[in-house]
Amino acid sequence: MDNHQTVNSRITTLHPRWVNKVDSTKQSILSWVEIDLNQILHFEKFLLTLWTDPKHKNVFYISQTNENGSVQNWEIQHNYSLKLYDHAGVGHLSLYSDKGLVHTWHFTLAINSLISQFKDQFDQRFEFVQQNPLVPSIENSGICPSCHSPMLGENNTCLVCDPETEIPPSTLTLFKLWRFAKPYKKDLILGFFLTLLSTAATLVPPYISMPLMDDVLIPFQTTHVIDYELAAMYLGGLLFAALLAWGLGWWKTYILALVSERIGMELRTKTFEHLIQLSLEYFGAKRTGDLMARIGNETDRICIFLSLHLLDFLTDMIMLFMTATILVSIDPLLALVTLLPLPFIAWMIHYVRDKLRYGFEKVDRNWSEVNNVLSDTIPGIRVVKAFAQEDRENKRFIAANQRNLEVNDRVNRIWSSFAPTVTLLTEIGLLVVWGFGIYQVSKDHITVGVLTAFLAYISRFYGRMDSMSRIVSHTQKAAAGAKRVFDILDHESSVPDTKNPQALPNNIRGQIDLNNVSFRYGNRAVTKNINLQIQPGEMIGLVGHSGSGKSTLVNLICRFYDVSEGSVKIDGIDVRNIDTTELRKLFGMVLQEPFLFFGTIAENIAYGKPQATREEIVQAAKAANAHDFILRLPLGYDSLVGERGQSLSGGERQRISIARALLIDPKILILDEATSSVDTTTEKEIQKALDNLVKGRTTLAIAHRLSTLRKADRLIVLDKGEIIEVGNHDDLMAAQGTYYQLYQAQARHAAEIAESV
Amino acid sequence: MINFSLEKDVFGNIRLTLESGQMFDQVKIIRAFPISNPENGFSIVDQDGHELVWFDSLSDLNDHNQNIIKSSLEQIEFIPVISAITGLNTYALPSIWDIQTDRGKTRLKLKSEQDIRRVSAEALLITDANGIQYLIKNRKTLDKFSKKVLDRFM
Repeated sequence: MDNHQTVNSRITTLHPRWVNKVDSTKQSILSWVEIDLNQILHFEKFLLTLWTDPKHKNVFYISQTNENGSVQNWEIQHNYSLKLYDHAGVGHLSLYSDKGLVHTWHFTLAINSLISQFKDQFDQRFEFVQQNPLVPSIENSGICPSCHSPMLGENNTCLVCDPETEIPPSTLTLFKLWRFAKPYKKDLILGFFLTLLSTAATLVPPYISMPLMDDVLIPFQTTHVIDYELAAMYLGGLLFAALLAWGLGWWKTYILALVSERIGMELRTKTFEHLIQLSLEYFGAKRTGDLMARIGNETDRICIFLSLHLLDFLTDMIMLFMTATILVSIDPLLALVTLLPLPFIAWMIHYVRDKLRYGFEKVDRNWSEVNNVLSDTIPGIRVVKAFAQEDRENKRFIAANQRNLEVNDRVNRIWSSFAPTVTLLTEIGLLVVWGFGIYQVSKDHITVGVLTAFLAYISRFYGRMDSMSRIVSHTQKAAAGAKRVFDILDHESSVPDTKNPQALPNNIRGQIDLNNVSFRYGNRAVTKNINLQIQPGEMIGLVGHSGSGKSTLVNLICRFYDVSEGSVKIDGIDVRNIDTTELRKLFGMVLQEPFLFFGTIAENIAYGKPQATREEIVQAAKAANAHDFILRLPLGYDSLVGERGQSLSGGERQRISIARALLIDPKILILDEATSSVDTTTEKEIQKALDNLVKGRTTLAIAHRLSTLRKADRLIVLDKGEIIEVGNHDDLMAAQGTYYQLYQAQARHAAEIAESV
Repeated sequence: MINFSLEKDVFGNIRLTLESGQMFDQVKIIRAFPISNPENGFSIVDQDGHELVWFDSLSDLNDHNQNIIKSSLEQIEFIPVISAITGLNTYALPSIWDIQTDRGKTRLKLKSEQDIRRVSAEALLITDANGIQYLIKNRKTLDKFSKKVLDRFM
């Protein structure tokens, strides 16, 4: 992101609220931000602007403008500085001179990143004035449609909303599924025709009942003669229609089922393929269960929607249309009376069901509360018993069930009236037809047969009303599911592969350069202004308290995340210009928690290089000090290690993961707290393996236990994302800074343990 | 009872001086139970977060110290009390509510239903997407619309 370009766009897009209150002829505005809290932390909006006099470009001011137009100005001297800190959702921007605090502005963290930009602009105000002629024009900017906060002009990105989760699911998402259905267009068209034909076939029997009534049965009542031939003909026709409907229905359902299964499979595989290539940043922000549900359950739900619900609905619509046509062709007036109540009934059913939906959602939510108590007490039963709290947990469970009961009672009051109400409505509909039908028969407008046929058609129809009205909620659920799946498919990887990757030279030396690297995760600045050069073959130790940014730095070097500012270069080539797969091959990682996949030990060691020979695997295992214990296992290298290698001890799993890193012969080695989860004896074993691993490779080691870093060529001490000390062990101990304190604290701790034993 | 004195310097930082004469700069004052018991249990901690002084209630201190502590807490503590929910943009999550609080009007972005926490039989604590906590002291005495909105998310 080019700083100057961003600032330019900010200058020209002041929020409409402030445009009239700022005098752009007397002020050349470098930066502005709208803050939302006043001095006593009440919600009130102010505009902060950083500006300079167009005639005297070396004098800077900060102005605070209230909504009623009053302005406060501070003249910025050379030694003035801005400091930013936050706590519990509230941020504070403080202006300091060398004599003390000048003023503090308060704001909610919603605008934290905008404030950071303002501060950055303040820090660079002199450079900015030199390089750019100031453009004092101020225009209206856009406002984010969902959160109504001012947007950055040119890119139209809203920094407050997360666009992906903001947009509630709309039914139109379902149309996106079309791209998966396109390859099966022919089958779908065939299925459609079959549907038409089979529906037509099912509509034949009531039609035949008309002549059966009028020409066979009713004449019998007067002439006492049955025309058996005629009857047989009609009954034969009936049978034929039924058989035809059966055959066509079978064929149609089969085809459409096949198509929907394939669509489901395409959806699942494409989503997984896309997911697995996304950056670590994406995975970090999402929960595992959530992602698994999206690809597993949601795709299934969409599949069922397509093959079952949507299909049934379309069939019913076709049936309605055909029925209406037939009825109108027999007797338009009666048809009108028959079809008139239909929309009314459908709407009533939909209305009641809608009301119930909120009730059901509430029931689901409260049910999870009941579940929560169970998932607390049953796995934690040891604690419950140890503190003799069975009684209290009992009461808790009863209370949760009580709440559940109340919610269910409320829903059931409406729910229990649902089915009888539907029946009542359909009976009334039939009543209308009967009434008008009798009237028509009495006037000799229609025959009894016609009336019977109408009633047959309409009863068949009412039977489907209930399931038809469910289509609304099914569509909504499917649309929500489709949106969650497309969230993954449409997500642009934040670590995109470059279009023209630079080829890596054959002999990479393993030199790493970090220039002005900064990384921001959401609102927080995690790493700031890191400048570091690591020579090939050097061993670097990263030290610091938890949360000081050590693992983040490593993630940035491996390009698991992209830097917000600055660059990471390997042998002079920016990592963003290297093909990601090639880049990863350069690194070997040994992590704190050794994750072994389900497979044999040999497969696990060869994970990074599946075509490795057995000799290579054994060599790697020997160098990792793992060969001996592997041979002790019943099946040796072919022993299966289960999920997370459960049948092995922590130290053994760690050594396998070291062998895994050794096998790919990486140029750059990353050791992320590789010995922190094991005891000292095992640590010695692992240390020997690590020493083998580290020989001649550029190594980055992160460790809490400073004793493991003594062999490092250089130690880098991080605090709150910045480098505060650099040097080797002896230098840093002599300097008596942070490293010295950390080391002493650990040594004291170890001595205390030794003494107490 | 430990005797100590607090001073504010020109940079806005608070300096603690203990009875022994030991001085600590840039100390912070924290309530131990901000939600369940805000009036009892205060801790004064140093820059690294280690506790220096503990006292039970502000009334245990002299006026001068009380004023410094009160003004410090006022600057950093921020739990607006919601008096009414006047509107919302959607019933789907995430949802942005227009709310009226004891600190003025603002907007709250609710990310998930789990962010609404029952603190007692009537009180609720709502955490918005930016980490700000909002308190509803008694949900039963809210107006009809506010109750309806809460009902849909709880």
